[in-house]
Amino acid sequence: MTPLTLTVNGEERSLEVPPSRYLAEVLRYDLGLTGTKIGCDEAECGCCTVIVDGQSVDSCIYPAFKAQGAQVLTIEGLAQTRPGSQDGSCSAPELHPLQDAFIRHGATQCGFCTPGFIMQAKTLLDENPDPTDLEIKECLKDTYCRCTGYTSIISSVKAASEYLRTGTMPDAVLPPVTKPLTQIGQPLQRPDAVDKVTGAARYTDDYTFDGMLFGATLRSKHPHAQIRSIDADAARALNGVHAVLTHAEVPGDPRHGLVENDWPVFAGGPYPARYVGDPIALVVAETAEIAQQALTLVRVDYEVLPAVTDPREALQPDAPQLHPDRPDGNLLKHIKVRHGDVEEGFAESDVIVERTYRTPMTEHAFLEPECALAVPAGYSGVRPPNSKEKAAHDYDSDKLTVYVGSQIPYSDRRQVAKSLGLDDEEVRVIGTLMGGGFGGKEDIAGQIHAALAAQTTGRPVKILYSRQESLIFHPKRHSTIIRIKTGARRDGTLTAVEAELYGDSGAYASLGEKVMTRATTHATGPYVMPHARIDCYAMYTNNAPSGAFRGFGVTQSAFAVESNLDILSAELGMDPAELRRKNVMRVGVETATGQELIESVGLLECLDRVEEEIRKSQASGSLPSDPWAPVRIGSKRLAWGVAAGYKNTGLGGGAPDKAEAEVEVFPDGTAAIRTSSAEMGQNLVGVLAACTAQELGLPYEKVLVTVMDTDLTPDGGPSTASRQTYVSGNAARLAARAMRQQMQNVLAEKFDTHPEVIAFHEGLAYVDERRLAQIHGSELPVEGANSANGSAGGILPGSTRTISFADAVNALLAENRLPKIRYEYWAPQTQPLGTGGDMHFAFSYAVHAALVSVDTETGEVAVERVISAHDVGRAINPLSLLGQIEGGIVMGIGNALTENYIVEDGIPWTERLGQYKMPGIKMTPKMDSHIVEHPTADGPYGAKGVGEISSIPISPAITNAICNAVGVRCLALPVDQDALLLAMRDGEKEIDGHWGQTGQWLVPNGRQPH
Amino acid sequence: MARWRAYHTPSTVAEALSLLHQHKDKARIIAGGTDLILDMEAELAAAPDVLVDVTKIGGIDHIAQKDGWIVLGAGTTHTQIESSPLLRAHARCLTESCGVIGGPQVRNVATLGGNVAHALPAADGTIGLLALEAEVEVAEHSARGTLHTWQPLLSIFAGPGRNRLAPDQMLHAFRFRPTDARAGNAFDRIMRPQGVALPVLGIAARVRMDATLRRVEDAVIAIGPAGPTPFRATRAENVLTTAEAFDDDTVEKAIAAAQAQASLRTSKYRASQAYRHEMIGVLLRRVLQTSVERARMNDAPAEPRDAYPKQCSGV
Repeated sequence: MTPLTLTVNGEERSLEVPPSRYLAEVLRYDLGLTGTKIGCDEAECGCCTVIVDGQSVDSCIYPAFKAQGAQVLTIEGLAQTRPGSQDGSCSAPELHPLQDAFIRHGATQCGFCTPGFIMQAKTLLDENPDPTDLEIKECLKDTYCRCTGYTSIISSVKAASEYLRTGTMPDAVLPPVTKPLTQIGQPLQRPDAVDKVTGAARYTDDYTFDGMLFGATLRSKHPHAQIRSIDADAARALNGVHAVLTHAEVPGDPRHGLVENDWPVFAGGPYPARYVGDPIALVVAETAEIAQQALTLVRVDYEVLPAVTDPREALQPDAPQLHPDRPDGNLLKHIKVRHGDVEEGFAESDVIVERTYRTPMTEHAFLEPECALAVPAGYSGVRPPNSKEKAAHDYDSDKLTVYVGSQIPYSDRRQVAKSLGLDDEEVRVIGTLMGGGFGGKEDIAGQIHAALAAQTTGRPVKILYSRQESLIFHPKRHSTIIRIKTGARRDGTLTAVEAELYGDSGAYASLGEKVMTRATTHATGPYVMPHARIDCYAMYTNNAPSGAFRGFGVTQSAFAVESNLDILSAELGMDPAELRRKNVMRVGVETATGQELIESVGLLECLDRVEEEIRKSQASGSLPSDPWAPVRIGSKRLAWGVAAGYKNTGLGGGAPDKAEAEVEVFPDGTAAIRTSSAEMGQNLVGVLAACTAQELGLPYEKVLVTVMDTDLTPDGGPSTASRQTYVSGNAARLAARAMRQQMQNVLAEKFDTHPEVIAFHEGLAYVDERRLAQIHGSELPVEGANSANGSAGGILPGSTRTISFADAVNALLAENRLPKIRYEYWAPQTQPLGTGGDMHFAFSYAVHAALVSVDTETGEVAVERVISAHDVGRAINPLSLLGQIEGGIVMGIGNALTENYIVEDGIPWTERLGQYKMPGIKMTPKMDSHIVEHPTADGPYGAKGVGEISSIPISPAITNAICNAVGVRCLALPVDQDALLLAMRDGEKEIDGHWGQTGQWLVPNGRQPH
Repeated sequence: MARWRAYHTPSTVAEALSLLHQHKDKARIIAGGTDLILDMEAELAAAPDVLVDVTKIGGIDHIAQKDGWIVLGAGTTHTQIESSPLLRAHARCLTESCGVIGGPQVRNVATLGGNVAHALPAADGTIGLLALEAEVEVAEHSARGTLHTWQPLLSIFAGPGRNRLAPDQMLHAFRFRPTDARAGNAFDRIMRPQGVALPVLGIAARVRMDATLRRVEDAVIAIGPAGPTPFRATRAENVLTTAEAFDDDTVEKAIAAAQAQASLRTSKYRASQAYRHEMIGVLLRRVLQTSVERARMNDAPAEPRDAYPKQCSGV
């Protein structure tokens, strides 16, 4: 065999590798350079970009022997190429300016795409030291990011280019926030940022163990089939195969599930395969290649059953039944909202609008496909650390351990233990970094399979899904059909809404009931609605399961609500913003579920801010004073569209919502904060560090965060429902506050004073002489003191009663007090739907306006600008907050214009990432994002969630803009340029699409194809 | 997916052909691999035992003007094409079509030969080449050594995704005539933001104006997809060259002729036939307008600005 010889990051390497290796595999698995990521195996996403002989390539499909004799540069070698790195003249830390800029501008979130972006951007700056926005977009057009929305990436590349030309790195431009504290309201660098820009960040597939085996999953080809028999003899006989596992090998509960226990670990035996992609068997082998080969040798005898793939048909009594043991058949849940008397409401109304809307199934397309790695108990291989804490490194639990990027580590532990017939405490789940989640990593993927395989073989087992497998397997966003009828008086006052929603929850419940409940309760929109009757049918079908996806059902119903509102405004002859202003939720009003909103409703301010910004832009561009009127430029027509939205923070509906956090202080002057809550890119770790540092008066860098480890961190609950900043943020804040109070008590003894005058600031503990004087009734000059957090305020010159935080910890230890406090935070109680109480403890609000252009010759639609305002209660970290907003908006643009996971009669058509277009950098509009802060009393420093609301109003804002521009109402998503053009040509006013069908199918009235 | 067992990087055409001859249908040519490997991964193409990488063959990525032709090797990458001054002077329809394929990472490795050999009726590079009336050089193994034959580009397509090359034949080069005085060409396409990254429709055109610059003397129009193989809209070409003058009326007649001649179909998730029918009009208007403008600007015989460009592989 000819050895492969290449120079990687300046070092010559010679390897004996099979001729069939791809370059990414050689780098990652043979050379251990795991900074290069594999996102799709099809040269689509750009995560694997490396530079070969000066040119960037997608290394995931680049045959390694193409690089024979070549110079290869990866993210790990980038810093050594920076100017000044050779002569030592550069004083910056060991980072290339691009890496530095990506950190400072918030261009790394989950970090999985970051190495590819940085490497691709480097090739641009090498050729073009001062690129324009357009040149940056052209260069990065096939490199995908799912978190940032790209704006920060563009500004990072510009900042790095400026640094390389001038030596000065410009800062990120951030929206103003009110009253920042030392740590809160500050754009602090995320704790994992350096690792993410240097390739040191480790995701599950970046871990390896000695003697590790590889699992591959056999999946159902049929949407509905009984498994008569499985013949795995030939696969078992293949050299290198260690085990073939099927339903017969599951020792514990044969089914799992987040809410309903309905999803078989393996289809087979009593459990039919219920969708294409349902797992049937797992092959465990020496190498991933052997495992794949063995899969082809497993013979499954299927008895194909009739399938039902339309949620409305699933409700018919004669429909094939998916779960015969369920009392309601295919009906997962009938969800009802009843409020007032809709008949009376419609009788009072002067105008009634009724339409039926459709939204497609959509895919999270997190850039890191699922991976699970299980290590059996007692396995003596090397256990890589996942925490930066010193003590964590030595910790070895000797339990069955599952490494996985998961949004709910404790739920994984419960489900793994149950199916393996173990106690929860016999399993440890360690969360690795996660390359995006967006709701798609809440359900079990390979966790149980890997754990079972490790138990069976006594060896570590890794199961890495290919992108294709990830696409067909994991739960999606529910496709919906929503009929909605809205009534209003002549003056625009909304009187009633009646709606009927069908949600396709697919083969298994996942979080379907919860998602569709949210779609239902939010189907009034963020408006005062005196009368409402809303019925939702969450249905089982033989399509892929649907579950959580950023927006959690509200994305779908908001599209219907906000579209109807614009139709109403046209029929009333009323300005669409005015119609909303007249009806928006305010403090003191009641929701349709009977909740009185008593505080923190910043929706009106959001609307004002957006309207004002539109007016400003219209005035400066000498555009018509009516912002909703179309403007013609060449073959294009441009217009603004607006929509509002709201989204609950937290689980709500009576579900106990709590998070635990543990704080520990160390004699070296540092602190640790620990909770199992999941970091998936959103920078929860930064929020936890900031809350802890704020309460302890420590510099932010002195707080080490450990998350997602069921042995090291207490339960923070699921990372879902925009809840972590609020719930886990509060747990961290209150744990740290309890620690501060304990230290105050100890130091008060030491300094012989009152505990409440002991202050913590900048790593010091001291007696606040001013406050002491106040207590004693005398006045000292007060500068910058902040009694609210007990830690700000200056130290009086000459104060002798000051010690370092480290000494304060020593004082604590000397008193035999525990340096560790665990705090269990319970969010305010909520009530179930239908009981009329508070269903949620907080809501976030937003208004989005989109300036959209429609090419009247081609039907092409582009979002040119987005102005948004979000009421988030309080901005904890404006840099990360902006990242959540911009990323959510761009994801919503995808929801409106590009994304569609297509399944036909239960068979997925969308099998590759190349068939599922998510928005690329060229679709990123100019975004003006305003932050509105109406604090909520119980939130940490007033904060509410933002993760989902940013993705909700944008889709209807776009379709409303399209209608304003060209007079065509899109009743289905995604907008189809083909149908739009034909509708414009033929004077049709509405297009009603069946997802997956294009062209003439989409134009109503049964017109025949041309 | 099963993968190949051997990967060869021959340095001469003869060596490559000998490998292909030796392994027959067990071998496949790989260039950039950005189509082939995807097809293999998606199991649309069976994995061969042997891959013969032709991109290391000496001279296979050269771009040059000689003997009255512009010649470019089959292994020329899309990046090399879009940045070649010679091609920008003579073959804008090719630099424009090759410049929109994929992102830079793909264009840095994907070759024009691979684009043509993949034989998709909508392949952008192929459509650009077709408007240039390019010829393709096929190299073939024979007992007497390597045979080279030049043949019309269209002759190598058999159907969607199928070419007429035998297992021991390979594409070696393309050639076309330089752009004369009063000639110009252009490419444009319509994409769809959902689904596969293939154009809904792409059109390349090349025109030469008469001495008055009012009338089209010679015209070539290539459209894809408008049939099972890349398509020449000959009737529309006729309309242009027989018209009294190049004006709106002529363009509309040419569009009608192209629409009548093209066999458009509804391809699921890409476009309806009706939409493609409309797009022939939109694109033909655009590319004819641009081509004619370029031809009118190109009043003097084109001076090749860079007749022997240094190889711009970026190494």
